Amino acid sequence: MRLVIALPFVWLGVFFLLPFALVLAIALGANAPDSVPPVELGLSPKNFALLFTDDLYLAAWLTSLRIAAVSTLAALLLGYPMAYAIARAAPARRPLLLMLVVLPFWTSFLIRIYAWMGLLDENGLLNQFLRWSGIVADPGTLLGTEWAVHLGIVYAYLPFMVLPLYATLEKLDVSLLEAAADLGARPFAAFLTITLPLSLPGIVAGCLLVFIPAVGEFVIPDLLGGTGTLMIGKVLWDEFFTNGDWPLASAVAICLLVLLAGPIALFQRQQAKGLERRT
Amino acid sequence: MRRARFAFTMLGFGYAFLYLPLGLVMAYSFNDSRLVTVWGGFSTRWWSALLANEAMLQAAWLSLRIALASATAAAVIGLAAGYALARARSFPGRGLFGGLVIAPMVMPEVVMGISMLLLFVGAERLLGGPDRGFLTIALAHTTFSVAFVAIVVQARLADFDRSLEEAAMDLGATPWVTFRTVTLPLIAPAVASGWLLAFTLSLDDLILTQFVAGAQSQTLPMRVYSSVRLGVDPQINVLATIVVVVAAAALVLSGWLTRRSA
Repeated sequence: MRLVIALPFVWLGVFFLLPFALVLAIALGANAPDSVPPVELGLSPKNFALLFTDDLYLAAWLTSLRIAAVSTLAALLLGYPMAYAIARAAPARRPLLLMLVVLPFWTSFLIRIYAWMGLLDENGLLNQFLRWSGIVADPGTLLGTEWAVHLGIVYAYLPFMVLPLYATLEKLDVSLLEAAADLGARPFAAFLTITLPLSLPGIVAGCLLVFIPAVGEFVIPDLLGGTGTLMIGKVLWDEFFTNGDWPLASAVAICLLVLLAGPIALFQRQQAKGLERRT
Repeated sequence: MRRARFAFTMLGFGYAFLYLPLGLVMAYSFNDSRLVTVWGGFSTRWWSALLANEAMLQAAWLSLRIALASATAAAVIGLAAGYALARARSFPGRGLFGGLVIAPMVMPEVVMGISMLLLFVGAERLLGGPDRGFLTIALAHTTFSVAFVAIVVQARLADFDRSLEEAAMDLGATPWVTFRTVTLPLIAPAVASGWLLAFTLSLDDLILTQFVAGAQSQTLPMRVYSSVRLGVDPQINVLATIVVVVAAAALVLSGWLTRRSA
């Protein structure tokens, strides 16, 4: 047993925990473009100070949080009825309905985002349809706007919202709803007082699974967003790959980690609680 | 029930939302026109173009090899982690251990990417290796896939009848023999689906790979990304079609296998 614990413990310690110490160390250093790697070690907080004083970075933080929050809400509003419908479908059909939600997740993330590029382009299929049908005579371009980023996040992370919601809604005891109906509650009142509170763990898990990765998202704002949609994941990427400023990119990573520590801890506690209950 | 009707309408809308973009990409992989938004008649020219695209094929081969190696390593480590979480109720550092196992699942990939790169750069300076490429990519993919295998294994062990293990022990089997002859066969489907998940995640990963890959290695997602950045490309439509068909086939197959074994 000791070996069984030691193998993953040591692996994750070396490849997951230790690297964060390195990121912190580098974040306190300075950019040195002429050396390899381009870092001069030090103990200066100036990279962090820059992140909290420069308007560009502040705007990127706020944009990331706003886009992630709005997209999470949109995914919840679409995902909840979907999960509800699957949980209420005939038991024999549920696996198929669920598989249809999960299937896109098994294809490629990159390709799924790419699929929207051709749709949202200025002369893309969506605009062609809008012009042809006469709904909108002169539609603007969606590609390169924040709308496109929202759409991409909801599209990419919808399965992560539906699955935990389905897991809680499926276990819901239908006799509670029948009791409420017998006692004269209207369906909507019964939904608000019984179904919604009982599905809260699923709502929390689904929202965290969408929100956390969305805040640090890179591919979606890069491919669907424009130069105006500055998200923090993209800032980190550009600082690292385009500007070659490793210390500043490391400081962004540390801040992102601190920002998401709360939601991540909440998610872990919920995960652990859910599994413990089953053991 | 009106509410249920609303939910089923939303379900239909959700499926349309999920599948319409993929369906259009697949249809346009047979488009004769170079302009990806104009239909120019049926053609398989982009299919032949992709299958003759040496760079793309090489990238695909590298990606497959990395996925195979990292999924297998992640299955072993994830099995150990899931087993420890489900069966070892208390040991020093269990809280940290549980956190470490789950955290990579939700860690933003850019953060993991930069941290692993710094680890490999540090190792290069102190130990002289490993060279960035196949090995570093596989190590990175293994690390973030462990969580997914561990979760599936732990969930399976939590559902499972412990009296079978206890009976084996009562009959004199050592813990190792019990694990090999009782536990492992019962959780094998969970390990297999964890392996498949790890394989898919590795095959698809762009961000982590971009950070830890050296100058020489180009995986499939890296190639796709550099092509897609410049705009829509008919060859990528073909690749998308292949990926969707393979994923659907794999999912149907695994569903069929689980139903047969259940």
